[in-house]
Amino acid sequence: MTSVYVDEIKKSPRIPALVEHLYEKMPEIEADRALLLTESYKQSEGMPIITRRALAFEHILKNIPITIRPMELIVGSATKSPRSCQVFPEYSYKWLESEFDTVSIRSADPFYISEETKGKLREVYKYWDGKTTSDLATEYMDEETKTAMRHNIFTPGNYFYNGVGHVTVNYGEVLAIGFEGISKRAQAQLKKIKMEDKDYVTKRCFLNAVIKSLEAACVYAERYALEALELSKKESDPKRKLELALIASNCANVPRHGAKSFYEACQSFWFVQMLLQTESSGHSISPGRFDQYMYPYFKADLEAGKITREFAQELMDCIWVKLNDLNKCRDAASAQGFAGYSLFQNLIAGGQNTEGLDATNDVSYMCISASLHVMLPQPSFSVRVWNGTPHSFMLRAAELTRTGIGLPAYYNDEVIIPALVSRGLTLEDARDYNIIGCVEPQKSGKTEGWHDAAFFNMCRPLEFVFSNGAELGEQVGVKTGHLSELDTFEKFYDAYKAQMNYFISLLVNADNCIDVAHAERAPLPFLSSMIEDCIGRGISVQQGGAVYNFTGPQGFGIANMADSLYAIKTLVYEQGKYTLQEFADAMKNNYGEPMSDLLAEQYTAQVVIKANDTGKHLTKEQIAAVYSEIKANKVSEDKKHFYKSLREDIDALPKFGNDNKEVDLFARDVAYTYTKPLQNYKNPRGGMFQAGLYPVSANVPLGAQTGATPDGRLAGAPVADGVSPAAGRDINGPTAACNSVARLDHFIASNGTLFNMKFHPSALKGQSGLESFVTLILGYFEQKGMHMQFNVVSRETLLEAQKYPEKYKSLVVRVAGYSALFTTLSRSLQDDIINRTEQGGF
Amino acid sequence: MNEYLGKTGRIFDIQRFSVHDGPGVRTIVFLKGCVLRSKWCCNPESQRYEIEEMEQAGKTKTVGRDVSVREVMQEVLKDRSYYRRSGGGLTLSGGETLCQPEFAQALLRAAKDEGITTAIESTACAPIDTIRKLLPFLDVYLMDIKHINPEKHKMFTGKDNALILENAAILAKEAKRLIIRVPVIPTFNDSAEDIEDISKFVSTIMAGGEIHLLPYHRLGLDKYKGLGRKYELENILPPDDGHMKELLEITLKYGLKGQIGG
Repeated sequence: MTSVYVDEIKKSPRIPALVEHLYEKMPEIEADRALLLTESYKQSEGMPIITRRALAFEHILKNIPITIRPMELIVGSATKSPRSCQVFPEYSYKWLESEFDTVSIRSADPFYISEETKGKLREVYKYWDGKTTSDLATEYMDEETKTAMRHNIFTPGNYFYNGVGHVTVNYGEVLAIGFEGISKRAQAQLKKIKMEDKDYVTKRCFLNAVIKSLEAACVYAERYALEALELSKKESDPKRKLELALIASNCANVPRHGAKSFYEACQSFWFVQMLLQTESSGHSISPGRFDQYMYPYFKADLEAGKITREFAQELMDCIWVKLNDLNKCRDAASAQGFAGYSLFQNLIAGGQNTEGLDATNDVSYMCISASLHVMLPQPSFSVRVWNGTPHSFMLRAAELTRTGIGLPAYYNDEVIIPALVSRGLTLEDARDYNIIGCVEPQKSGKTEGWHDAAFFNMCRPLEFVFSNGAELGEQVGVKTGHLSELDTFEKFYDAYKAQMNYFISLLVNADNCIDVAHAERAPLPFLSSMIEDCIGRGISVQQGGAVYNFTGPQGFGIANMADSLYAIKTLVYEQGKYTLQEFADAMKNNYGEPMSDLLAEQYTAQVVIKANDTGKHLTKEQIAAVYSEIKANKVSEDKKHFYKSLREDIDALPKFGNDNKEVDLFARDVAYTYTKPLQNYKNPRGGMFQAGLYPVSANVPLGAQTGATPDGRLAGAPVADGVSPAAGRDINGPTAACNSVARLDHFIASNGTLFNMKFHPSALKGQSGLESFVTLILGYFEQKGMHMQFNVVSRETLLEAQKYPEKYKSLVVRVAGYSALFTTLSRSLQDDIINRTEQGGF
Repeated sequence: MNEYLGKTGRIFDIQRFSVHDGPGVRTIVFLKGCVLRSKWCCNPESQRYEIEEMEQAGKTKTVGRDVSVREVMQEVLKDRSYYRRSGGGLTLSGGETLCQPEFAQALLRAAKDEGITTAIESTACAPIDTIRKLLPFLDVYLMDIKHINPEKHKMFTGKDNALILENAAILAKEAKRLIIRVPVIPTFNDSAEDIEDISKFVSTIMAGGEIHLLPYHRLGLDKYKGLGRKYELENILPPDDGHMKELLEITLKYGLKGQIGG
């Protein structure tokens, strides 16, 4: 056994100062990148797209303003203002233009935007009409798909409007041989291809684009070297003067060359990390197994007496702060789905090496310390757990959980490794997995996983069973027959499956159209240089250059669907206590409760359209009257009474999440209605579809678009998140909830599952609290659960934070696959977090 | 063969993921019926053997059901994964476990057959031969000693403590592991002298033994109302942390392995 240094190293006073500077003011939208990109695009009209991308990247990196922030040791800022963002019009821009006046005051993730910036962007946008990836994807998509999207059955919004991201590059290789080394490889490949080869010309263009992009990145770093040197000359404080000189020397060497020290490795890592997010707006650029690729540099410096543990920790802490300096402005709807300014830069420690031995090292522990020191949402910090994980590592991780920051997330090697092998990864590659974004496993440097490909609301297809595929007067789903024809539960369940299969095929259509649009309009030569085997094959990641290709859209609402179908099966088909018609009527009338705003609007629109069709045009007042009637949803006393007893009967049924084997196995089967059909589809990059079962935070906004469900859930209420039981329904304690969730098939959901638990801080009190907590995780994992994460805050604290947000600015909660500042979340998402079952019992 | 699995007894609750009553993560099975009537008892519904009704959150709940060992074990074994990791297992509580000795013995035996650890929470207020029947299947005996003074003991629990103290001395020798637990109840046993008396007694029967001081809490208050009974200690507040620490010092002075809480 190797001896590992487990003690926590003290925090440098520099860290709080850096954090304070970072959060001094509101994040801002900056126009520099958009201007430079557009300038370059205008000059490169008619050239191959890959060449244009490289030229634009070069033009941006040569001219974009550079900034070294006060006291920084690791430099490289994408924006002048801290925590601000650049704009990426090549993906989409109309949403931002239409939100110019609201983006600074919206509830989720507001950004300041100056009048000057608005003016500049308006000018830039003139160029982009019809030229974005989003425009092209829309052009490609079939009508049925667009209809389904308009009816909110699924949303591929993420990549429809933004870059793809969701990748971990081969950081280790950059640290080892520098961009120079990678460029040489591309040059060698360029010599190898022959002019008479069938795809010679595309390969040549791609390889030249790679070489140009890498050189641009080196030049960008060298601009920082010069800047640091200048600042050093002007600096009067001798200590800072020296620091700046060292920064200059670092940036002169990396990332062009291999790193000669741990400090250089840190700086080199950072340039890769931030430049990937300058090339494209894709988020979830995940550092991955930082403890593995950084450790050799740390070890060498430590053994040579070149570095102290304290300074190494300080450098890592600086990176942790810096990861919060990057930001991204999303459209208002997506901002709700990804609330908390999160970039999902997932960094993972611990787990096995490629040979299957435990790989936990000093840097793994230092990662935990860095998160404890910095206490910010980024990086999304994760730990890998397996039977050989040191107990001390679990306890240190549990200490971090106890702070209530919502980190780390825990991942089970014993499920993820075989799951990835079943998807075609070699055993060595599977053992070397890391996590992307929220919960998605992949092998770094070899994968284009398209991990966050869409949100699919599993509750909506059930609504279409009740309406024979129609909604708002439109045929959206398939005709599965009138309710009277569904005279057995098998027929009913088959109808649900038929709706699911149909909508899943449309989801695939949507994703593949977007996929092609990215390949044609936004191939990324810089990213591709760090993903095997793009250089070898001479094509970009977007065109299928990666060794492993997947598309991973996520389904959510399993708990609601399991409880709903179970209710139908029991109350309608087994007990005969209610008819399907009665259920349909109760759902339509929201069980006699007032309608949510959003759905009241939709239903009002339906009435207006119907009236229009018959030639009757309603006045404003008439429409308002219709709306308030629908909203109030007044039903007769008889009906009210009936709905009440129906809901009581539903409530009395066993629910998923309480360790009831029958219900849990039923839920397992319901999850298959999403995970199994998806496996049959292929993407344009030659890879397969694989399902995820996690919602990010989309279960709240998409729940708002979902009518009442047969599990007694009211219209507009959030849908259950990930594989977690429906909110407030797991009442048998944490082990029962864990056992239920573990009964789902986590292997088939190889794009990740997400299990949320919320604990009082008191739950982890003392050494025995930590031990019990670790036991809970290990017990869940022993039963083949894949992922677990925790919110450790009291309900009172959260309610207090809603009342006095100014007092709780730093309160971090676990939202879904990531942590965010509670006060930056929208009210409804805050409410959802408060209402998640709080597990006590310790 | 395995007849004991069919043995039935009366329980009123099963609580999973308990971490304060014995080592690791445990499932507590609460047996109904008790010989004492401790005034502070936080489970008043446990005291009578008869099945009864209790108002809880506006609903009437039936307290008590007859179950077989097999049924109980089915529930207990659901958390086997967590026991294995933590050395946890089954804890019998009450009520007084010893009021249903055969059922208790069968439950403990079934747990040992399944390879999980066993504990009981008990006042040991029963003939020693009854207790001895459980010992072969018992890993940890969590034994309450509430007071050394017999009159005061009787006043607050309805029974004197002669048998309890006598059995404690025997269990100190014969139980695999004995942990003495003292519920610290203001006005009853929270003075330095009270704890000193208990510590002295424990150190004589078991030098260097384990003793847990459990601060009084009022979580059972609503149950008294729900059962239509009077809670006599209404005006008593839980002891503060500083006072608990002072009492802990006393146990340490007697060379005992003391701790606050289970």
